Amino acid sequence: MPLAGRQHGNLKQTKHIGVSPRSTSVRVVGGARGSVMRPAARHQSLYFDYPHFDFVSPPELDGSTRRHAVVVVGAGPVGLSAALELARHGVTVVVLDDKGTVNDGSRAICIARHSLEGLQQLGVAQRFTDKALGWTHGTSYFRGHAVFRLTMPHSANERFPPMQNLQQQYIEQYLIEHAQAQSRIELRWHSRVVEAQADAQGVVLRVATPVGEYNLQADYVLAADGARSVVRQALGLKLSGAAHEGRYVIVDIKLRSDYPTERRAFFDCAGLAGATVLVHRQPDDIWRIDYQLDDDEDELTALSETSIRTRIAAIVTMLGESAPWQLEWWSVYKAYTLCLDDYRHGRVMFCGDAAHLVPIFGVRGLNSGLADAMNIGWKLAYVVRGLAPAHLLDSYSPERRGATLDIFAQATKSTRFMSPPTRGHRLLRDATLALALEHDFARQLLDPRQSQPYTYAGSALSSTTPDDFTAGPGSGAPLRNHRCGDEGFLLDHLGLGFTLLYFSADGEVPAALRADCAALAVGDESLQLLVIAAHGARGASVLVDVDGSLFVAYGAAPTSCYLVRPDRHVCGRWRQIDGATLRAALARALGRIP
Amino acid sequence: MTPATPLPSADFETAYDLLASAIDRVGRARESDFLARVALLLMHTPVEIEAIRAALIAAEAALV
Repeated sequence: MPLAGRQHGNLKQTKHIGVSPRSTSVRVVGGARGSVMRPAARHQSLYFDYPHFDFVSPPELDGSTRRHAVVVVGAGPVGLSAALELARHGVTVVVLDDKGTVNDGSRAICIARHSLEGLQQLGVAQRFTDKALGWTHGTSYFRGHAVFRLTMPHSANERFPPMQNLQQQYIEQYLIEHAQAQSRIELRWHSRVVEAQADAQGVVLRVATPVGEYNLQADYVLAADGARSVVRQALGLKLSGAAHEGRYVIVDIKLRSDYPTERRAFFDCAGLAGATVLVHRQPDDIWRIDYQLDDDEDELTALSETSIRTRIAAIVTMLGESAPWQLEWWSVYKAYTLCLDDYRHGRVMFCGDAAHLVPIFGVRGLNSGLADAMNIGWKLAYVVRGLAPAHLLDSYSPERRGATLDIFAQATKSTRFMSPPTRGHRLLRDATLALALEHDFARQLLDPRQSQPYTYAGSALSSTTPDDFTAGPGSGAPLRNHRCGDEGFLLDHLGLGFTLLYFSADGEVPAALRADCAALAVGDESLQLLVIAAHGARGASVLVDVDGSLFVAYGAAPTSCYLVRPDRHVCGRWRQIDGATLRAALARALGRIP
Repeated sequence: MTPATPLPSADFETAYDLLASAIDRVGRARESDFLARVALLLMHTPVEIEAIRAALIAAEAALV
């Protein structure tokens, strides 16, 4: 376990800390990253035209005291995704952001497959895949030798590659444009929350604008306002956890190169002895280069443009690239494993960096934030619309904080490998890298443990009846995609609300089960019955598993079924289900069983 | 004698962390002595001589 403030050898250990935005002991900036810096005399991007959104005076400034069902604070990827999910389920949302544009700098660039599946549900994935660069592999090098080849699982049964690289400003732009097209989403730019008061009846936000302040009343608030969350500060809440040793400079350059899109990690590479370097390709001939600073290096000097250019030149040479390159932007970050003790505080829910800060190794920050948004989105929509009791919201924190703690466990190991905190860890890390040239056992330790969807094992919403399935996702796990012949992919056919995936020999479904599904519609959101037939004719809600592979992948036999939540996680699965069992499972998944 | 089998990966990672922490505890000056003692003690656990020979050759070759 990391030890608070103790010294081991010549290197400092991980520190356990509590962080509030008022704290002066630890600087947490911009998702654990510092400000964006650009070359002297250039304040614009080399390739991206930042949009400008005007301030529009809201009715509250004219005296309106209208109370809103949901206000989302923060128009970043997480806040926008939550707003889109709420709107998709029929809830009108106000989104506040203190800026009048998208975030500066490419920042989070790796979108995991499960995030894209969520974006597909929001109806925006196509924009992403049209622009993003997909990848399935990575290579790690030690002193110039390739020592590990990362291969992420991928098959023809997947619609999306395991990872796609896309700059955060595009991510936000696409989500904003989609949100602007939704009548249920009102985007309020140049609107900075300066105060928040919450009680059992609702939340009042004090919002500062270019023309004055106003109070905004809401039944619920989703705080997606980032690492320095004002809402979190206003409620007196603190993140707690650990700050890891090691500082990384993050630099984007424009460079023409046909090197394929993959993750490259260089340990102790030529030109930067002892340091770790990460390289990712992005669209528009932009390359992300992260490199580690020496422990005793002065940050101000290291971040000077001259110093950045010297290091990048050495790295570009080491990469074997000879084309000219230009600096786009740079910044610095540290690795943190920090989170709130509870992601729900009455009528305020925290998402993304406002709730947790995770190390970037393994690309978990954006992806876990998007999973937060998809999780709370449908739950809050069901509560606001009276389709489920407020008790349903109690499941948000255990599920998503559980995911965060799992990330911490994985990311802490990755971070220790990328930036060994002590001499002991460095000795073993370097020995592992050297042995990895020839030995499989050592290569396994180089796995960067990329972001994986989390299983809500033990969730209060899951039915945990024992089952004898030998394959397929269990209770709490996300549904796995599967190609369905000419009919696209399994996930393309899910309903808006809950779905009962029913496996049938010939497409027939017992009349009683059909009647039960019809009767169990939740408000205007039906319980969709999606039939997977071994043979027979396809129909509106019938997919034919021509080669039997979907039955095999789900460990299914005729009459097997899976009950699936709106966020694609499995509530339960059965070899055969009756009306009473289905009713009970749905009631549990809706938080109707305390 | 029961044939030696590799540690499961979770145990291997635990052992990795334990060894790293122990190296830090003993300090740089006694690091080599400490690692020699660890190696001798591990030779006294169920392990075959050929495995030790192979490990010595591999470790020497990996001194890149």
